[in-house]
Amino acid sequence: MREILTRLRTAGARLRSAARRTAPTDDKVATDGGTAVGERRRTALRDRLPVEWELVESSPFWLPPVVLAGFFVYGAIFWNAIISLTDWEGLSLSGADYSDLDVEMYARLLGDGAFWQATQNTIVLLVVFTLLCLVVGLLAAILIDQQIRFENTFRTIYLLPMSLSFVVTATMWAWMYNARNGVINTFLRLLNLEGLLVTLLKPEAINATVLQWLSWNTTALPAVIFALLWQFSGYAMVVFLAGLRAIPTEHYEAARVDGASTVRMYMRVIVPQLRASAVSASVVLMVFALKAFDFIFALRGDQPGANLDILATMMYREAFTGGNEWAYGSAIAIVLFVLALLIIAPYLYSEYRRGEL
Amino acid sequence: MSTSTGSPLSTLREMGARRIGLYLVLLAGIVFYLIPVETAVATMFKTQQAFTATAPYVPALGEGFSVSSAIRAWETLRPGLVDSMLMAIPATILSALFGSLAAYGLTTIDWRGQVAVVVLIIAGIFIPYQAVLVPLTTFWFQIWPGLVTGFVNTVFGFVTGGNWAYPRSGNVQLIQLTITHAAYGIPICTLLFRSYYQAISDEMIEAARLDGATAFSIYKNIIFPLSLPMFAVTLIYQFTQVYNDLLFALVLLNDPNTQVATQRLVRLTGGVQQDFTLTMAGAVIAALPTLLVYIFFGEQFAKGVAE
Repeated sequence: MREILTRLRTAGARLRSAARRTAPTDDKVATDGGTAVGERRRTALRDRLPVEWELVESSPFWLPPVVLAGFFVYGAIFWNAIISLTDWEGLSLSGADYSDLDVEMYARLLGDGAFWQATQNTIVLLVVFTLLCLVVGLLAAILIDQQIRFENTFRTIYLLPMSLSFVVTATMWAWMYNARNGVINTFLRLLNLEGLLVTLLKPEAINATVLQWLSWNTTALPAVIFALLWQFSGYAMVVFLAGLRAIPTEHYEAARVDGASTVRMYMRVIVPQLRASAVSASVVLMVFALKAFDFIFALRGDQPGANLDILATMMYREAFTGGNEWAYGSAIAIVLFVLALLIIAPYLYSEYRRGEL
Repeated sequence: MSTSTGSPLSTLREMGARRIGLYLVLLAGIVFYLIPVETAVATMFKTQQAFTATAPYVPALGEGFSVSSAIRAWETLRPGLVDSMLMAIPATILSALFGSLAAYGLTTIDWRGQVAVVVLIIAGIFIPYQAVLVPLTTFWFQIWPGLVTGFVNTVFGFVTGGNWAYPRSGNVQLIQLTITHAAYGIPICTLLFRSYYQAISDEMIEAARLDGATAFSIYKNIIFPLSLPMFAVTLIYQFTQVYNDLLFALVLLNDPNTQVATQRLVRLTGGVQQDFTLTMAGAVIAALPTLLVYIFFGEQFAKGVAE
């Protein structure tokens, strides 16, 4: 089968080169003979190549970057997968023993309560954060799309938190959530809501009169999700705004003529057309949530406690602090990688099917 | 909406209740998105007395105003800001250049099977960096120094006498971090340039090809000048990403004298006793470079984000 194909290909190539050599080059010989000979030689060389000429011609451009990125991304992930099968630990960086590979580290993960807690936190963060960002971003985009004045100013300010580092926003929100005189609790005191919220949210067996957002197991993760929502809902807004602008105005007008109210028009006509925007925004947001390491590390260091521990922080703690459990950390990293793959593989596949790549 | 004539009051009346409601909600949004930043700025300029006596978001004036926290934070962070710039600017330029070249070879020049390479590149954007941390550390601290030392001592052995050792100073670590960031930035830069190049019309390139232009001269004379606006977008976006990163710096820089701004900010906030006037000053100063870039080039940043 394969041989037939190659033969067909060479035959086709010979035919093509023959055709090219006869018709156009004859003309050229008449005008200027010198280059035509070189041209003919080059064409012949191109046609004898086992791959397309364009592939060869373009490789100086894409090959070096692809090799560099491929080495650091895929080479490192492959190596990481191998390391996760060893028993490597300790201070020495050359101590990995590749002769004895087993899945011991993964078995250990299954029995590790901290791992399940971190996985649960990661998935809650991922799902709740993404959904809230989509909702808030969509509402903001619809409001901004009402032919308002100073549209650019509003958009710029709503997107501003995204330009800040996780470390900066974590520092700011540590102060926002401060129990004694942070902004959140000051506002709640002004509204006389603090006492009520303390009784509602206070975990059992804790005696407190002020809200300690980041320490209580009932509020820590929601508080972090809220801060991340503040930072990234502007991103969802920008994506939805681009989606809204792509909808032809006739759709709005048709709905208006039908007498639909604004809310109904958006629910029935406009929002369903934003599916593509929602999908691409959620993929990016979920990946941001998986990377929320910087935020939690800046907030709580490498020991964030069971309330805030996500897989990313757990991996760093196991591999880079204490006993340097390189292999164990690598196993957690592989779990994280598989989670990311579960999100992006269907997305990339559907993009490919639609010819968007 | 006629705004040129009439008092502001009549303009308001024209707008109607719905319009006013809309603007009120939008203004509430501004308060929501700006209050953490505003509070940070207000807090960094307070004395300790003013800090305990006033509401966090109310700026202190007169007696309670002080720049001592800002100066202390600036002194702690300044070397970090320098190191961040030395690292982020070359890394950004390298990523953008590589991204542009890769996108050219994978888009403008069309060949069968290039989609497979594109998929691999795009998937690289979404990798959680934890999945490469351990190999990255081993590579930069063990494998690479070993390789270079071996190479130098073998090839230039007559000079070094086999005693040359790879320098493990903070500056070398900073260069290693720069290369790392440049490599991991290639996928997103390639994607940004690729969607831009897909929109460039084929006719011009076909015409140049028929005139006998080589792939390189097409890139140099047509594609590169055309992609300057996209270079602005990519450089702005990638700079904020690299500057804002903490994870790679945490793992690859272990010399206390060579630390980037985000690392120094974490150390500033990591103390047991939190002095919020100091940490807020640190946060604002560390945020300044990206904040300024965002204020001046917000349009380009939004474009980079929207891709």
